[in-house]
Amino acid sequence: MEKHLNLTLQVWRQKNAQDPGGFKNYEAKGISTEMSFLEMLDVVNEGIIKKGEAPITFDHDCREGICGACGMVINGRPHGLRERTTACQLHMRSFNDGDVITLEPWRASAFPVLRDLLVDRSSFDRIIAAGGFISAPTGSAQDANCLPIPKDNADRAMDAAACIGCGACVAACPNASAMLFVGAKVSHLGLLPQGQPERTSRALDMVAQMDAEGFGTCTNHGECEASCPKGISLDNIAMLNRDYLKASLTYRPEVESGGF
Amino acid sequence: MELKSNIPDGPLEQKWDKHRFDMKLVNPANKRKYKVIVVGSGLAGAAAAASMAELGYEVECFCYQDSPRRAHSIAAQGGINAAKNYRNDGDSIRRLFYDTIKGGDFRAREANVYRLAQVSVNIIDQCVAQGVPFAREYGGLLDNRSFGGAQVSRTFYAKGQTGQQLLIGAYQALERQIGLGKVKMHTRHEMQELIVVDGKARGIVTRDMVTGEIESHMADAVCLGTGGYGNAFYLATYAKGCNGTAIWRAYKKGAAFGNPCYTQIHPTCIPVTGDHQSKLTLMSESLRNDGRVWVPKKAEDCGKKPSEIKEEDRDYYLERKYPSFGNLAPRDISSRAAKQVCDAGLGVGPGGRGVYLDFQDAINRLGASTVAAKYGNLFEMYERITDDNPYKTPMRIYPAVHYTMGGLWVDYNLMSTIPGLFVLGEANFSDHGANRLGASALMQGLADGYFVIPYTIGNYLAGHKPDKMNADQPEAKAAAAAVQDRIGKLLAVNGKSTPTDFHRELGKVMWEHCGMARNEKGLEKALELIPEIKERFWKDVKVGGSGDELNQSLELAGRVADFIELGELMCMDALQRRESCGGHFREEWQEDGEAKRDDENFAHVAAWEYKGEGQKPVRHTEQLSFENVHLATRSYK
Ligand SMILES: Cc1cc2nc3c(=O)[nH]c(=O)nc-3n(C[C@H](O)[C@H](O)[C@H](O)COP(=O)(O)OP(=O)(O)OC[C@H]3O[C@@H](n4cnc5c(N)ncnc54)[C@H](O)[C@@H]3O)c2cc1C
Ligand code: FES
Repeated sequence: MEKHLNLTLQVWRQKNAQDPGGFKNYEAKGISTEMSFLEMLDVVNEGIIKKGEAPITFDHDCREGICGACGMVINGRPHGLRERTTACQLHMRSFNDGDVITLEPWRASAFPVLRDLLVDRSSFDRIIAAGGFISAPTGSAQDANCLPIPKDNADRAMDAAACIGCGACVAACPNASAMLFVGAKVSHLGLLPQGQPERTSRALDMVAQMDAEGFGTCTNHGECEASCPKGISLDNIAMLNRDYLKASLTYRPEVESGGF
Repeated sequence: MELKSNIPDGPLEQKWDKHRFDMKLVNPANKRKYKVIVVGSGLAGAAAAASMAELGYEVECFCYQDSPRRAHSIAAQGGINAAKNYRNDGDSIRRLFYDTIKGGDFRAREANVYRLAQVSVNIIDQCVAQGVPFAREYGGLLDNRSFGGAQVSRTFYAKGQTGQQLLIGAYQALERQIGLGKVKMHTRHEMQELIVVDGKARGIVTRDMVTGEIESHMADAVCLGTGGYGNAFYLATYAKGCNGTAIWRAYKKGAAFGNPCYTQIHPTCIPVTGDHQSKLTLMSESLRNDGRVWVPKKAEDCGKKPSEIKEEDRDYYLERKYPSFGNLAPRDISSRAAKQVCDAGLGVGPGGRGVYLDFQDAINRLGASTVAAKYGNLFEMYERITDDNPYKTPMRIYPAVHYTMGGLWVDYNLMSTIPGLFVLGEANFSDHGANRLGASALMQGLADGYFVIPYTIGNYLAGHKPDKMNADQPEAKAAAAAVQDRIGKLLAVNGKSTPTDFHRELGKVMWEHCGMARNEKGLEKALELIPEIKERFWKDVKVGGSGDELNQSLELAGRVADFIELGELMCMDALQRRESCGGHFREEWQEDGEAKRDDENFAHVAAWEYKGEGQKPVRHTEQLSFENVHLATRSYK
């Protein structure tokens, strides 16, 4: 049944990367339990704009839990308390009348805040650019069914590939590590036969970029898995560690040919 | 304005092959001297940017999100078609071609659609090579499912996340080129103007959405893969940021707009719950493979729980009306049928605007775990939003705006009426006629990006000398000044209503008068209301903040301003097309509730030319000729 809630929001406001930022309180009145969490923020923002102030800035796009754009720390948890749910998929029926809700951006040095709840996650793209791909230029492919792949491997690859790149894993980790994100990509591609030729360089290059971006190390807290809206499993980190170790032991840097 | 489709001559099957031979090539050593701008990083844009960079062109790519991986293509659920005939069930390139032409109600070009069907097979190969984890069978080979409007099983899928996986494949190919320094990526940059010099597209003006800086970017050619404009209806299954701005600016610079009124209303979306609603969520059409659509036979049963309504009191209206396609009838037909039963007072749920999609038979037949394996993530999404469990109680669904078949007019080479401006994916009007079949937008986006533009751009560039034009050109400066001016105006109004207020108002007018059923009176009414909304918008919008900072209210205001104008053009086009075809249903032209085409007078593309502020745009036509298919009444009975 639809109900209406009165809530207090404590929201992190920060004008730009240079601004130190701070919390500001807002009242959200008469919020329908049928609304999504972002629709509740829309209502609050409409009120703020009408007062001539700048609305609360947050990333969002699909509002279906698939694009990975949204993301904010709600009451201390990335994407809020509901398991396996992005902020955009959270509904107001999960809240009670009178609740005080705190909203903060992802906190990690590799994700600088640009404004309010919106951060710069381009470090994730650079990690993919470093090695998170299979080199298969357009036109070079053979017939798709020439390469049978055991269903189980394909399914596991799909599970890892379900990562939406939202960054909740980093925000949840006390060390702000990106191991779950990197592990998911290394597993997705490493579980497939097409991914084998570059498996060694992929693990090394992605980890090197991850370190260069300033993400922390993994000390097995498991907070990443717990906060992942897509349920990406810690097994992916184990696979990354195996691939990385093996790669470090076997990798031979390319030698310039010619000259002999 | 001349609309030259540039369809190669010769037999249908050989056109593309012959054309590829006839097109000019750019010498490999010269390719790096050409710069190409790609706006958009969805399936069309990312595939195009990566493929052109692989060929050696210098590419700059733009998107409004913080990462190319978040383009709206990511949300596609159901699947992608390809004429592989891996099922041995009678599929072929010709059948995919025929189904697509017929599905589009004979309002698309034969040659384009045939090419699409031809390259569809290469797309699957390409995606698998990139590591796209399509669903497989126990033997390790690729699995398929069926989709609406087809009687063969030719849809490839990756759980309910096909768009996500295809986009991640294209995104990774794109990131690889970015890492190699072949593509320069500009995220959080919104295109706001097209720069035309000497009649050719030579660049774009963008706003850096973080700093507010207005920048001009010059190139030898510009490709737009900026997606559809269905958000003109406010409530739609699109991502919130999807906009018509890029194509609308290009239209105002001289690119013809093809068939703006062709909109797809998807039958299976979660119904509206209230005024706060910010978007609608699609439930993939693949659900209709196993779900059965019904409403109560008697109006007095509509308020009851579905489990209390006896089998004989249910009307499985799609199965009844379209026995050979049943629940897999195409989208336009299924949507209209849902509207008809709800209009007749048989709808369920709030406001009587809903029908049931019931999985009980499938669960009894296949078991809950098999159903979960196929649709688990969709069921979960449904439950999150509605708080109802579809394993126990039927889903409630209603049609919603989902796709725009219209878009910038392009020739066979995907070039618009502005030389050097190419348009790919949903942003162009090309392949789906008046109705798109399920699983064919992903196919078209990737066909355009991977397998068409890499060839046709070369043909254009071979006739154009690379000149490293810079942004000091007067045309570039004027375009940048126009953008500044517009932003200044939006901020200066300082009225009382927010951009969302206007967007919602526009959406209501569009849905009411230019939605699932249209008629002359309603469209005329809309054409009175929309200019009035436009006038009020520029007098009363309240944006807040400034232009030189991250300002999401300003972003939205600019998009809404364009949607208002685009909505008006959609209504004009709908009014002029005095027939029913596909998704365009004019109540005056029907037979037994089905769309009645007028091939004599309307077997053409309508392409609109902008004539300046306050002037009526001009409607041009491109006659469609059907040499390989017989123009038949589209029947799914
Ligand atoms: C929920 C849903 C499910 C769907 N399911 C299916 C399906 O199962 N099968 C199928 O075939 N089709 C499906 N479709 C349709 C299909 O997903 C889209 O038509 C297709 O993905 C569009 O791809 P695109 O590359 O043309 O555009 P998009 O993916 O929309 O990409 C547009 C790009 O342009 C950029 N852009 C837009 N405007 C600007 C601007 N002004 N400045 C700078 N950049 C800009 C965006 O940042 C983005 O990168 C579905 C659609 C929806 C909404
Ligand atoms: S807005 Fe796309 S995942 Fe939340």
